[in-house]
Amino acid sequence: MSDDLDALRSQTLSALAGAADMQAWDAIRVATLGKSGALTGMLKQLGRMGPDERRARGAALNRLRDELQLAIADRGAAIEAQALDARLSAERVDVTAPVTESPSGLIHPISRTVEEMTAIFGAMGFSVAEGPDIETQWHNFSALNTPDHHPARTEHDTFYLPPSPGSNLPRVLRTQTSGVQVRTMLDREPPIRIIAPGRTYRADHDATHSPMFHQCEGLVIDRGITLGHLKGCLIEFLRVFFDKPSLPVRFRASYFPFTEPSMEVDIGWSRKTGEIGGGSDWLEVLGSGMVHPRVLANCGIDPEVWQGFAFGMGIERLTMLKNGIPDLRSFYESDVRWLRHYGTSPLSPANLAEGI
Amino acid sequence: MPMKFTLSWLREHLDFTASLDEICTKLNSIGLEVESVENPGDKLRGFRTAKIVEAHKHPDADRLRVCRVAAGGDFPDVQVVCGAPNARSGLNVIFAAPGTFIPGSGITIKAGAIRGQKSEGMLCSLRELGLGEEHDGIAELPEGSVIGEDYATFAKLDDPVIEIAITPNRGDALSVRGIARDLAAAGIGHLKPFLIDTVDGEFPSPISWRIDYPEACPYVLGRLVRGVRNGPSPDWLRRRLESVGVKSISALVDVTNLLAYDLGRPLHVFDARKLAGDTLAICRAARETFTGLDGREHVLGTDDMVIVDAHGVQSLAGIMGGAASGCDLETTDVFIESALFDPIRIALTGRRLAIHTDARARFERGVDPALPLSGLEQATRLIIELCGGEASEIVSAGEPPAWERQATLRFERISALGGIEIAPDDAVTTLEHLGFSVRARDAEAATFAVPSWRNDIAVAPVLDQAATLDADVAASASASVARIEAECDLIEEVLRLHGLDVIPPVGLPQTQIVPQAALSAEQTRGMLARRICASRGLLEMVGFSFVSGEDAALFGGVDESLRLLNPIATDLDQLRPTPLVNLARAFGRNAARGASDAALFELGAAFAADGQTLVLAGLRGGLSPRAPGVAAREPSVWDAKADFWAVLEALGAASDGLTVTADAPGHYHPGRSGQVRQGPKLVLGRFGELHPKIARELGLDGTIACFELFLDAVPLPKKRRRAAPVLSALQPVHRDFAFVVAPGVEAQAVLRAARGAERNLISGVRLFDIYEGVGLPEGHRSLGVEVVLQPGEASLTDAEIEAVSAKIIAAVAKATGATLR
Repeated sequence: MSDDLDALRSQTLSALAGAADMQAWDAIRVATLGKSGALTGMLKQLGRMGPDERRARGAALNRLRDELQLAIADRGAAIEAQALDARLSAERVDVTAPVTESPSGLIHPISRTVEEMTAIFGAMGFSVAEGPDIETQWHNFSALNTPDHHPARTEHDTFYLPPSPGSNLPRVLRTQTSGVQVRTMLDREPPIRIIAPGRTYRADHDATHSPMFHQCEGLVIDRGITLGHLKGCLIEFLRVFFDKPSLPVRFRASYFPFTEPSMEVDIGWSRKTGEIGGGSDWLEVLGSGMVHPRVLANCGIDPEVWQGFAFGMGIERLTMLKNGIPDLRSFYESDVRWLRHYGTSPLSPANLAEGI
Repeated sequence: MPMKFTLSWLREHLDFTASLDEICTKLNSIGLEVESVENPGDKLRGFRTAKIVEAHKHPDADRLRVCRVAAGGDFPDVQVVCGAPNARSGLNVIFAAPGTFIPGSGITIKAGAIRGQKSEGMLCSLRELGLGEEHDGIAELPEGSVIGEDYATFAKLDDPVIEIAITPNRGDALSVRGIARDLAAAGIGHLKPFLIDTVDGEFPSPISWRIDYPEACPYVLGRLVRGVRNGPSPDWLRRRLESVGVKSISALVDVTNLLAYDLGRPLHVFDARKLAGDTLAICRAARETFTGLDGREHVLGTDDMVIVDAHGVQSLAGIMGGAASGCDLETTDVFIESALFDPIRIALTGRRLAIHTDARARFERGVDPALPLSGLEQATRLIIELCGGEASEIVSAGEPPAWERQATLRFERISALGGIEIAPDDAVTTLEHLGFSVRARDAEAATFAVPSWRNDIAVAPVLDQAATLDADVAASASASVARIEAECDLIEEVLRLHGLDVIPPVGLPQTQIVPQAALSAEQTRGMLARRICASRGLLEMVGFSFVSGEDAALFGGVDESLRLLNPIATDLDQLRPTPLVNLARAFGRNAARGASDAALFELGAAFAADGQTLVLAGLRGGLSPRAPGVAAREPSVWDAKADFWAVLEALGAASDGLTVTADAPGHYHPGRSGQVRQGPKLVLGRFGELHPKIARELGLDGTIACFELFLDAVPLPKKRRRAAPVLSALQPVHRDFAFVVAPGVEAQAVLRAARGAERNLISGVRLFDIYEGVGLPEGHRSLGVEVVLQPGEASLTDAEIEAVSAKIIAAVAKATGATLR
């Protein structure tokens, strides 16, 4: 190789070694291989040479060009890698620092229980019915075979509101959601299969009573409905709700003005540990019965053609049992610590497919 | 209504071998719910009867005695050091062996030595047993008492007390006999015969009855017993009443209480010498003030039923006797009243005057209409037995009511209603055990006479049918009730006594393999709204529907029609105008506990004079959490609007057609709040910052952002098949404009005009900047608006873009007077 090529080679290689960044590197690339680069200039001169000289010089120049192209490319890659390393190192953060909080919102346990009840009864063909919190005495009591003098009325500790214009009977804050059942029977023809969850009110306030609480009542009216269906329906509900396929369920005769026969329903639990389904004690969870013929007739349904059952349960009570919540009053305190503890994620609504 | 009885009392009416547990289980099963079982003997385990064989003075203590005690069994001869002055040789005593817990002092006895003398137990007073206050030394048992007997057994205290809850229909079970009858019919033992000894009258009664209020009292009986000596009841009677929590007063009064509990027959005894005149009249009260045996004064109304003598009211009939004519230890002549009173009358008076007595409890549930005479005879016999004296002839007024009723049971209806096959013979036997008697029977049905004490069965149906019912529908339903109600009563009895647990559970008939949605589209909105709020960081809470009137007033609602007539507390007396009241109060409570950055929401009823609506309300307050590079900040109107809009979007109701007006009600900051409207009238809700004045009234610090969304007002999204989206392959073009608007021009007007300038091409309009200040006329604002143009078929040429831009500028200028900056 001639001296000028050697010189170009060593000069270029040494310049490349000294190039610290892409800018310097690019200057070398252009100075060597660019349009007016040193090597490009030498190649241009070939045309002026004789054939032999041109052949020998051409071969040497081509070799040099290949070598320098490779060296330049390698050096470029190396500088790029160095630059990336430097950037990565500069961008390093303390990944152990916590992320910015975005406080989560949650669904109240009462809503959750209503969702669960809706899902379970919905699977048995029930739909959800609603009605007003302020009722007439007829809707809340009289239609339900609870006349004014009935002892059951005193037991209810009713809240009263001034009468509507044109009436002299005070209105009531509903003591049960049964008024919804009455409205449903008046509004549509049987068969009927509804649940009525909602706010209810009784003038009582202590550790185990709240002046406002929630009930979920149910009503089934059809041809040929018997106590057997009542039992089947409620046992199924309780076992799914508490997720205990063999939960013991007991039915005791009782009395409600609006059902006959009436029964209270107990589930097995342990008084000692509070475990649902364990132990040998019984815990009352709901009231139920076959709809009284008078109630059907009051709502215009012929009790010789249609019969059915009704039930009612305390939503807070079932929620407390299921989740081990000790204090009824805490439901309405709205203490954010409590709400965070017992609330459920809005992204996992009650859903039979995912389990309740 | 609770009813207490003891096992030994039950035995008076029922022969049984069943255990206490079996009895309780059966009571529960047949509708006589056991509330508690308590055996007073359980506290007295370890105490036994004993005798001091020999007692002498403690050698080293003047006040102590060293006793040799014979207590039988393992304690034939023990030494006990005793401090009681009455510990003497030969005395029958109560002995507690080491290890016995002493209820009166709360300690457990240990063997030991007292001043050098060993003491292997304790001799007890009744107070130490928890049986009274007597403490003058140790209890002295009768001479000749058995030695070594369990004391509870000896004192007849080993007798479980069962308390059951009586449902309103079962007046007959407010008596030990009624409970015994039910148990016998359910297969626990045999009911003993009920024998009444009659007492012949020796002389005409000097007092007679007159009924002036026959609709409230159909029938009354009475008789005088003269020459009685009233005094404390004998032990058996005192113990029996005390065992069920009834205070023993005197023999005469105790007899009436005994019969109320034993037979469910309330009676009243007047001290005849305190009565004036020779007639007791049952009549309406005349607004008198009456002092009852409870010592309280009661103001009577003209519907109340009273018993009056020549001087005035002597008894609030069927509820409570009067203080003036009550029997006391001086009573020598007693007039016994045994009557039937109207249950409704008793219930209404009792409830209005808030008097709770055993008599009221029984009369208002209905007493046995066949029992007044035998009850009177029984009382007479007991009074003469306990207090001596001689009885007059019986006087009465009114007529025994016709209570006889029949009911027919078609056997196939047992399974048709009850879901269980019960053999006709079994059903009939069960009813017979309850006192029903067969009047007729064939293969299909049986007709029974209803026993007098079951006034809940086969009564005339009372209906209260909806006024809106079609007359024919109402009449036919009513006729059906008349045909089947008594039968339902009988079926209930049969099922109840057979036990409901044996009825096989059956699944509800399936109407569809996969049922329809349980929630309507409207109801689903509520669930969705809740989830959106929670997913945005708001915690769901549930507040009372009633708040204080003051709080309600702050939020604009104090309608008189929504004020409770009987609130339990003054801060819970007004139905809330919005759940925001509760959210604000809850925020304050949490802040007071140190959690001052709460974000809450509630979905619940709001009340107004014209009805109830479902409102979703949310509230944010306090500083957001600090983080590296993120400063804490207070929420603002924009957070409230963002929450509001997120819910609207999820409900499919956030459309370009909504407008916001700056006229939110007074609980909002007037300059930082708005109402969201669809069309001119429909308000979907409002959002903004809580008015600082109200925040101050409620004691809340900082800016509170809140919203109320009227869920009922939000229209349901139309169910229609949506066209497929146009997914253009061409790039959208973005153009920015700066419009200068005069004071009062709203951003939404500018945006709406821009959006409407060329609907086919403009796919988005976004406000990205608001500027006011240097370079603009006073009060003017510059609004930075980005418009996105989406070409469809072909790319836009510069000329086309210019043309659209000009259209936009013109449209905005026309609508708002804005000029390009």
